[in-house]
Amino acid sequence: MYQYDQYDQAMVDARVAEFRDQVARRLAGEITEDQFKPLRLKNGLYLQLHAYMLRVAVPYGTLNSRQMRMLGDIADKYDRGYGHFTTRQNIQYNWIKLQDAPDILADLASVEMHAIQTSGNCIRNTTADHFAGAAADELVDPRPYAELLRQWSTFHPEFDYLPRKFKIAIIGSETDRAAMKLHDIGIQLVTNDAGEVGCRFYVGGGMGRTPMIAPVIGEFVPPLQMISYLEACLRVYNRYGRRDNKYKARIKILVHEIGADEYRRQVEEEFAHILTLGLEPPPAELERIKGFFEQPGFDASASDELDLSDPDFAVWVSQNVHAHKQPGYAIATISLKPVGGIPGDASADQIRLMADLARDYSFDELRVTHAQNIVLPHVKKADLYTVWQKLDAAGLANANLDLISDIIACPGLDYCSLANARSIPVAQKISERFADLGRQKELGELKLKISGCINACGHHHAGHIGILGVDRKGVENYQLLLGGSEGADTSLGTITGPGFSEDGIVDAIEKATDVYLAQRSDGERFVDTYRRIGMAPFKEAIYAKEPVNG
Amino acid sequence: MKIITGSDLRTGDVIWWTGEGWSRHVNDAVDVPEGAEAIIARENAKQIVTDTQVIEATRTDDGVRPAHIKDRIRALGPTVRLDLSLKPADPAAGTWVI
Repeated sequence: MYQYDQYDQAMVDARVAEFRDQVARRLAGEITEDQFKPLRLKNGLYLQLHAYMLRVAVPYGTLNSRQMRMLGDIADKYDRGYGHFTTRQNIQYNWIKLQDAPDILADLASVEMHAIQTSGNCIRNTTADHFAGAAADELVDPRPYAELLRQWSTFHPEFDYLPRKFKIAIIGSETDRAAMKLHDIGIQLVTNDAGEVGCRFYVGGGMGRTPMIAPVIGEFVPPLQMISYLEACLRVYNRYGRRDNKYKARIKILVHEIGADEYRRQVEEEFAHILTLGLEPPPAELERIKGFFEQPGFDASASDELDLSDPDFAVWVSQNVHAHKQPGYAIATISLKPVGGIPGDASADQIRLMADLARDYSFDELRVTHAQNIVLPHVKKADLYTVWQKLDAAGLANANLDLISDIIACPGLDYCSLANARSIPVAQKISERFADLGRQKELGELKLKISGCINACGHHHAGHIGILGVDRKGVENYQLLLGGSEGADTSLGTITGPGFSEDGIVDAIEKATDVYLAQRSDGERFVDTYRRIGMAPFKEAIYAKEPVNG
Repeated sequence: MKIITGSDLRTGDVIWWTGEGWSRHVNDAVDVPEGAEAIIARENAKQIVTDTQVIEATRTDDGVRPAHIKDRIRALGPTVRLDLSLKPADPAAGTWVI
């Protein structure tokens, strides 16, 4: 993992001291809320429904055990004993006191973490493939490039006041596990026929009010020009992105309105100019960063055999364990989606347990996934059973990865001041309705995503089944979407029709799964069947009137 | 009725205007048919409360009930963590917000 150098640490420490002074002045009444609000937001501190909420950046979703342990300790010391892992691979605390915020940031800084640029119209924390450096299908490890992006984007003066917030994701595999095409910029590290590495730039994707799938703008940008190309993409956006209407201010609107070809032309023109300026970091810097991401000391003699005689363990392995590039090792995903639980929430004790497991069994590494789960990326297969037993004892051995109960849900109206409807109770009811794991496995891969408002933090557009909570005359109402997807087959869901009540949406989902089970062909996932047979059969079943008895 | 709500600057706690000060309990909120803006301006100037606003509510047999679900959730706490709400001992408290 990357370790801060003196500049990184000095910058973060200075920011803590600066914010401590700003908070003191606010509490002393020396500055008004209007003056203070943008300052606290620059440090990830929001005022939500019940308290201040602190959003902590987890750079490209990667943590070491010391950092994870600190997240657990902060939950205990300053919050109410838990944290919420988000779809941006970050963690949020829901019950923060303003007076404690500087101390929390200082604690974070002591483990090389911060909350900088987790809010505001700037480049947000870069997200990445949560299996980076471990996945068997990986072509290029994206983490060194993600770290370079972190350094480039942190406090970048030119991009501190963009028309709107800006989110970048980067992957290095064929399989897109980061919803890359639904970001402002998605970078896929690819190789050409000569084996050379290049960056494929997808620009202008996003969810929210106007969901769009990003088109390819740069087909094969040399890695040593990646930053210059990013500068070009951002400069064109910064110059022409709309600042008069926040609903039309994201880069996706610009790319859509002027067209991908014209946007690409302008980016190429700017790129050619930037190349003459020598803005690109020296190659030695990328090499220095790569040095932090060398493969850990794998045991080359580790056995690939796995004893699956415990049936519960076997089920967990079949669902939550993925192939590792190193023989004898595996990637284990810890689901934070227990039946009836709150998606993404983990108690302080659970967080510390996961830290301990990373320290003892995963070369000190963890990842946060955009699906609100936690990954132990490098577990020796011989240790998997022990890891599973420890997870099971802590209520963390849910064998439901990518099944219908592995629900993405935003905090919704239970916590969020922007939300129109609650998300979590709906997620809880769905997971309870489909609690039987055998039934879930019969349904197979089924990604269900819930947002409590049009901002789409719960990625409802990209769910095989998506749910959008809306406010209908002061009453929560839930729209149902079908056919969304992320990854290589990215697609946007379509609304089925009129919305439902909280209980009605659960019934509607069950009816949709019944249609799938009745109509699927061999090997088809829910979304595959939907794509083949279309909306009509689902709509017919979902909106069929119940027969009247007597 | 019209009631005034805001957040405690230091803690972020949801608070309600009682006519004399601020309470964490919505049932302590008083009707402010007129002059709410002046109260808000005066209280904001003290720099102890933030995000103040006037909202609609009704007085029922159970107490003061904000008109909008968002404010009812603010008054109670998260319905999915009633142990952290203002009514941790009432398992049915969440139904009040609906």
